[in-house]
Amino acid sequence: MRISRDRVTSLVVIAPSVLAVAIFVYGLIFWTGYISTVKWDTLRPDYTGVGIANYQSIFGQNRFLMDIRNTVVFTLFFITASLTIGLLLANLVDRQIRGEGLFRNLFVFPMAISFIVTGVVWKWILSPGQAAFGTSPATPQGINQLFGLDPATNRWFTDPHIDYISPGSPAYGILHDIGLGFITSPNIGIPVALLSLVLAAVWQMSGFVMVLYLAGLRAIPEELKEAARVDGCTEWRIFRHIVFPLLLPVTLSAMIILGHISLKIYDLAVAMTGSGPGFATDTPALFMWQTAFRDDHFGRGAAAAIVMLALVAVVVVPYLVWTRRQEVES
Amino acid sequence: MKIMSRRILAVISVAALVAACSSSSATPTASSAASGATTCKEAANATPVEAVSWWTTGGESSGFNAIINKFNCDNPTYWVSNSAIAGGAGSVAQAALQSRVLAGNPPDTFQVHMGHELLDTYVTPGYMDNIDDLYTANGWTTQFPQGVLNIVSAKDSTGTLHYYSVPLDIHRANVLWFNKTVFSSNNLTAPTTWADFLTDAAALKAKGITPLAVGDNGIWASGMLLEDVLLAQLGSDGFNGLWTGATSWSSADVTTALNTFQQVLGFVNTDHSSLTWDQAADYLIPAAGAQPKAAMTIMGDWAAGEFDNKGFTDYGYAAAPGTTGIYQALADSFGVPKAAKQKAGVKLFLTLLGSAAGQDIFNPYKGSVPANTQAGNPPATAKQYSTYQKWAMGEWKTDKIVPSMEHGAAAAPSWKGAVETAVTSFVATPDVAALQTALVQACKDATVCK
Repeated sequence: MRISRDRVTSLVVIAPSVLAVAIFVYGLIFWTGYISTVKWDTLRPDYTGVGIANYQSIFGQNRFLMDIRNTVVFTLFFITASLTIGLLLANLVDRQIRGEGLFRNLFVFPMAISFIVTGVVWKWILSPGQAAFGTSPATPQGINQLFGLDPATNRWFTDPHIDYISPGSPAYGILHDIGLGFITSPNIGIPVALLSLVLAAVWQMSGFVMVLYLAGLRAIPEELKEAARVDGCTEWRIFRHIVFPLLLPVTLSAMIILGHISLKIYDLAVAMTGSGPGFATDTPALFMWQTAFRDDHFGRGAAAAIVMLALVAVVVVPYLVWTRRQEVES
Repeated sequence: MKIMSRRILAVISVAALVAACSSSSATPTASSAASGATTCKEAANATPVEAVSWWTTGGESSGFNAIINKFNCDNPTYWVSNSAIAGGAGSVAQAALQSRVLAGNPPDTFQVHMGHELLDTYVTPGYMDNIDDLYTANGWTTQFPQGVLNIVSAKDSTGTLHYYSVPLDIHRANVLWFNKTVFSSNNLTAPTTWADFLTDAAALKAKGITPLAVGDNGIWASGMLLEDVLLAQLGSDGFNGLWTGATSWSSADVTTALNTFQQVLGFVNTDHSSLTWDQAADYLIPAAGAQPKAAMTIMGDWAAGEFDNKGFTDYGYAAAPGTTGIYQALADSFGVPKAAKQKAGVKLFLTLLGSAAGQDIFNPYKGSVPANTQAGNPPATAKQYSTYQKWAMGEWKTDKIVPSMEHGAAAAPSWKGAVETAVTSFVATPDVAALQTALVQACKDATVCK
């Protein structure tokens, strides 16, 4: 079979990129995987194999388990809030108003800022200030000062409290009765401090979601909605039965992109809260950095990195398979 | 033609500007530095010696540049430069340093905390030369107190003792700072035991003043507090034993100390986890016509610099409760990597760093105390020591010296990290038994305890 000149040219042109990705992405992924199975605990590389001991070590650390909980909680809240707010903004901006371009740009601007800048600024905004103590009055700062909130009860990211299903709540008894009692521990709860991180992240990314939804909304043919209006549907029913189902691919794309940002979140956490009180805002990325580069436990750091990769893969790979299958079908 | 002459005119004027700019920026061969010493220029064939530090601003940068300048003036065949890497109180510099050391391309010397941060990270894997020759040639074995000699040295596999770095500045970690007006108006004196502290704290709390300001963003300030409580309970020998395996972490003394720690945390400001150490120290400074937010803080002696910078003079200081007569030391020190290129030059530089004259140049700027007991008399034209520093120098010569864990002297960074993890959980959810278990495990993970 003759290989056409076009084919050769195209192969040559993409070869550098393929090579670069093969070495610097996949090559290094496999190298990290290898390092996660060796005992490299000091500055001098030590390639003695230890099997899964590194993984056992990090999963035995309470801090890492809390990190995984924090990641799951953060992802759930972040994605839900971003999608909701993004969809709302897209609907509002899509109304053919004057100055639509201005509002669209305004909502997207936060995405252009680095997470570090966002983290620093939101740290200033959400710093609670000092609570009243004896005769000293409270000195609220930031948002507490703006809205006259009491620093003692609105501690934002300095709050070590974790919301979980405690003995006082109605669900506690039910869960214990059906044998799911383990859900009622603080280890499966929502750290209140994490919600401050969610707030900053949602502020940053909902504009991006809005842009995705805008494109999706504009791709819906107007004839469908016209036909529905002629048939006597209200706007809300049009939205629920026509618009929203057609936005499903966009929703899925947005979820994937937001998901892989939130599973790896590091710069926002470092700039805004650090590990937080009682590790309330700690993330696996922070844990990995400290384990590998501060404590020199490179093997365990690599294991944490592979765990993060697995978390992201669980979310991204099914999506890729699904879109691939869609393309093949169409 | 007209366009050509305009172009020529433009080129000539730009060239003239460039020439004028460069000639005005050409520094004369000698100019005055802050201390009145002359700034020397690099000789044409000087061998460059690279020193990496994280001193980029403030007094430490001025002091380091002053001592480097002295070396360059006295040794024109060498030129030492300060490759400073800013950020993260040294964590950025450490990361960059480790990559260079791993790649076999270390700088000729680098700033590192004396003690286990250097020994466990760089010496044990075999990346550092010992500097025994400098210690014997310069008589440092008699000029430095025995306590600090113990910290900067380690035995090799044959049991021979070697010295690995020279400490440039000594900071004290166990210092209690208090607002003098608050103390005098409440008839209090600096508490000398933790029991006295708790009584005083209760009295202050009743008056509506936060007894102890702590800024433990990053948790290390609370780690220092834990160390002071352990030091008071166990004494200097017992405390040293914690880090060598001689004292058991599961002993009853440690339990008592941890219970005291829990009680102390009850008198701390509620917003401690969002404050840094300097923001907490600022709580001692009263706003005009009001009471200060807090009466005391326990922090290293760099707090003096913070108070002086803010123009606050009404502060008193004493050893942390229960640790009178004990100097918990930390230091920035410099050693010689095995793969350094200019060992002869860098050893000359380290000689100056350890000498009394060199330490008297640097330490007045840094706010720290010279490790060399023969130092303490800078020339009249140079920067002088402050009142606090003179008091600290007196203590340095007579007190028992113990290393600080939080600042890299007593334990390796991974052990310190494990302790900090345990303290983070404890500060959020106080549970003495869990803390003690975690501390015992941390010692075992560091392969020091069995």
